[in-house]
Amino acid sequence: MDLLSILRIAGRALRRNKMRSALTMLGIIIGVAAVIAMVAVGQGANEQVQEQLASLGTNMLFVIAGSHQAGAVNFGWWAVKTLTHQDEQAILHLVPTVKAAAVQCQSRKQVIYGNNNWATNIVGTEPAFFPIRNWQFALGGPFTDQEVELADNVAVLGNTVVENLFPYTNPLGKTLQIGNLPFKVVGTLQSKGESANEGHDQDDLIVIPYTTMQKKITGQNWVQLIIAEAVSRQASTAAQQQITDLLHVRHRILPGQMNDFAVRNLADIENTAAATGHIMTLLLASIASVSLLVGGIGIMNIMLVSVTERTREIGIRMAVGATEKDVQTQFLLEAVVLSAIGGFTGIVLGIGGSKLISSLAHWKVDISTISILVAVVFSVAIGVFFGYYPAQKAARLDPIEALRYE
Amino acid sequence: MTSAAPLAGSSPLSTADAARPQIEFHGVHKTYDLGEVQVHALRGIDVTISPGEFVAIMGASGSGKSTFMNLLGCLDRPTRGSYFLEGTDVSQLDKIALARIRNRKIGFVFQGFNLLSRTTALENVELPALYAHMKPEDRLKRAHEVLALVGLANREHHFPSQLSGGQQQRVAIARGLMNRPAILLADEPTGNLDSRTSVEIMDIFQRLNAEQGITLVLVTHEPDISRYARRVITFRDGRIRRDEPVAERAIAAEVLPTLPLVDGESEENQD
Repeated sequence: MDLLSILRIAGRALRRNKMRSALTMLGIIIGVAAVIAMVAVGQGANEQVQEQLASLGTNMLFVIAGSHQAGAVNFGWWAVKTLTHQDEQAILHLVPTVKAAAVQCQSRKQVIYGNNNWATNIVGTEPAFFPIRNWQFALGGPFTDQEVELADNVAVLGNTVVENLFPYTNPLGKTLQIGNLPFKVVGTLQSKGESANEGHDQDDLIVIPYTTMQKKITGQNWVQLIIAEAVSRQASTAAQQQITDLLHVRHRILPGQMNDFAVRNLADIENTAAATGHIMTLLLASIASVSLLVGGIGIMNIMLVSVTERTREIGIRMAVGATEKDVQTQFLLEAVVLSAIGGFTGIVLGIGGSKLISSLAHWKVDISTISILVAVVFSVAIGVFFGYYPAQKAARLDPIEALRYE
Repeated sequence: MTSAAPLAGSSPLSTADAARPQIEFHGVHKTYDLGEVQVHALRGIDVTISPGEFVAIMGASGSGKSTFMNLLGCLDRPTRGSYFLEGTDVSQLDKIALARIRNRKIGFVFQGFNLLSRTTALENVELPALYAHMKPEDRLKRAHEVLALVGLANREHHFPSQLSGGQQQRVAIARGLMNRPAILLADEPTGNLDSRTSVEIMDIFQRLNAEQGITLVLVTHEPDISRYARRVITFRDGRIRRDEPVAERAIAAEVLPTLPLVDGESEENQD
């Protein structure tokens, strides 16, 4: 029996019970539409997160001074004193995938201007620090390499410090006290607001040359952090490895020994966020798939009823020469036609639904061709899977019994 | 009955033998296993039917005549014994081969017509050809042909519900003829029809038998109807009780003019 004839018969059988066919399809329609819409919303949310992360500067790498253990006491990160400005210079000049780098050492001090005082974080670094972190200036600009070399008392103020020490005056050119040392203000930073994690105030800091910090404030010649910028986002993983290898050599760390540093990669963080996003999408899709499954069971149910109702028809077909395979193909195809029509309607509805969500909730949605393709394949597969048993049941009927069936 | 031992593993017989019977039953038994009890529907059937015969099968219900017809029509296989159809031992064939034989060699006509509802007369008639993979244009041509043969050329696009019982039975006969079978099996074809329509159906059968040489096997419990056949086989308790030629054969074409027309169109008692 040719496919066209079987399709015609299937179409006729489905038209015979229009209401029933429509309701059966509805299960698949809702399932497919839900999967497509949920995946679209999930993907959209994922993209939005990626965009936000990209704005943080995903080329950034952090080399963190490692932990240090004395007896049973572990001092945690930043405890070792082996990370230095020479390491930073080596990274900058020897690692080809790194295009910029800056050291960072930190301290906390009381700062005073006039009658106002404020306790804040003092960050010692180099001019390259500002472009790497993509920090913009509100007033003035960064201190110079020369000022770093001379360990001059110059400072760049974060917005919170400005608000607390200079509520009514322009801080540029003014001299404030950090601890008991006078510092000239050369620039102020634009407000960056609270950081994503724990609402940490990113504006509550003063940036000064790291040399000034080391020589005049802390008296330490090591740094806690080196910030490096990879030439591209793709290169950041390679850069991470190259920095690790370089520091192994420089710090004479033998294989099997514990590193006295750690290299963090923002691209890794981004990947983690992306993975989280994918899990969310998968979760949404799997919840939606449940409705698809329920739709499939609906098809099986209706096909079973149909087989029972049409027992006599099956008997007639067998008597005039239909083989088991003919009968099976016929019922299987009916189920597939049912689920395929449902699937296509579901796709249209799913796309429409996604568009509606995006315009009503102002969410970013991303209708992926893959999810549509998967939906098509899935709905046909559901037809085959849930149609198989009823079709098998029909094919196994005894023609004599079937002919006698009332 | 053990007069004819079942032929083990059909020995290929010469097909050139024209005198060879079309249907041969050798010691056929059919037993239905109903769990606790075994029902012996057929207890050793030996019968041969030659090409072009017109046989009526008679017997009370439970006599085994329906089982015999099911075996004859390749809808079922014997428990024991062998059944040769045109030289092939059908009792050894698998389901697919049986379906093929039903499709090509046998035409069925049932008491309840067994037409597909919501399917036109033409499409009903085409059904066996679909399973024979006949080309659409040949299929249509043949369907027109057989419908014309049973006098329904002008009812092709009617649905069964729009046809009288006699017309429905004629559609069923046309369907049975679709793939040019050698044998037409009719299981109480007049059981649901009034007497005049019954004779009309018998007329079609007699013409098919005489003009086309189709072998006809007809199950009936009406002695009147059996008189249209040439040979009557009577079943009882799973065995053949009598097998004799019809003494005074009725000719439907001669009987018809003597019967009154009912409302111009033949009526029937629907089931």
